[in-house]
Amino acid sequence: MKWIALPLLLLSMSLSAAIDTYEFDNNTQRKRFQQLSQELRCPKCQNQNLAGSNSAIASDLRDKLYQMVRAGQSTAQIKTYMVERYGEFVLYKPSMNSMTYALWYGPFVLLFIGLLVVVALSRKKASRKATEVPEVKPQQQPEEQQTHQQRMKDLLDKKDD
Amino acid sequence: MRRFLLFIPFGICILLGVLFVKGLSLDPTELPSARLGKAFPSFNLPSVADANEQLSEQSLKGQVRLVNVWATWCPTCKREHSYLNKLANNEGVQIVGINYKDERNKAVQWLKRYQDPYIFNIYDEKGGLGLDLGVYGAPETYVVDAQGVIQYRHVGEVNERVWKKLKVIMQDLGWSANL
Repeated sequence: MKWIALPLLLLSMSLSAAIDTYEFDNNTQRKRFQQLSQELRCPKCQNQNLAGSNSAIASDLRDKLYQMVRAGQSTAQIKTYMVERYGEFVLYKPSMNSMTYALWYGPFVLLFIGLLVVVALSRKKASRKATEVPEVKPQQQPEEQQTHQQRMKDLLDKKDD
Repeated sequence: MRRFLLFIPFGICILLGVLFVKGLSLDPTELPSARLGKAFPSFNLPSVADANEQLSEQSLKGQVRLVNVWATWCPTCKREHSYLNKLANNEGVQIVGINYKDERNKAVQWLKRYQDPYIFNIYDEKGGLGLDLGVYGAPETYVVDAQGVIQYRHVGEVNERVWKKLKVIMQDLGWSANL
């Protein structure tokens, strides 16, 4: 029975992480709060979002988020508010601007380069095959052999002299 | 020509290697402050010493100063406190304190026990000013110029090494020690 206690304990701990008692007027508010607290990143704990972090700053920001959602502020307003204070870092999904173009489009550029390389390589292979085929003419072989034998014979004849 | 092409992946590997090795020495917890080059957020808060004394962002203007966010619950603040004393007493730096999410009694006791390097202390009990500043953990230290604009932020302990950097920034802003 003991062996099950630790995992259970750990599980219950992770489940109870950051459950706050926020009350909302309606379900849309609750959904917006939940969505935003998933999308906003805790500035202190780096790889956790506001919903998942127990740090003091995350709980402060959750409170703030709650107030702003209750006050009916738009998602854009809330995000601007957070970015003004904590920088682009707080957004798990970075906004699109000149600073982040490389981030957004870089993978597609790399994919395109990769495709180009694949196409170029396969074309080269295809053209090589096309030129290689006539080189191995079956009727060429006996001819070649003949000349070879002829030359051998010549050589042997020469030696006999 | 074809042989030369073979070196392209090798070159890319070297480039990535350099990039990654450089990344190893970066501190991921050091975030750029979103408030740099912007005016100190406006606030209306009492001072730590006197609950009736109201302070605002106007109190910060007039001189190049350091603004230090601290709390009695923060161990690193305790470690840096003696260095702040040294800066105030020996280097002639004016330091404004923001007592962040703390209790007034404890803060007053702390300043009595460990000396008070601050010209005044803003009592930010709820952490609202800290939130507006983008504080994510005490201690943090800001360089604020004479116009009340935030010019630099340092997260973590202020020590000899950090002060060297701060001093240059402050001097560039026209600061000189007045002892």
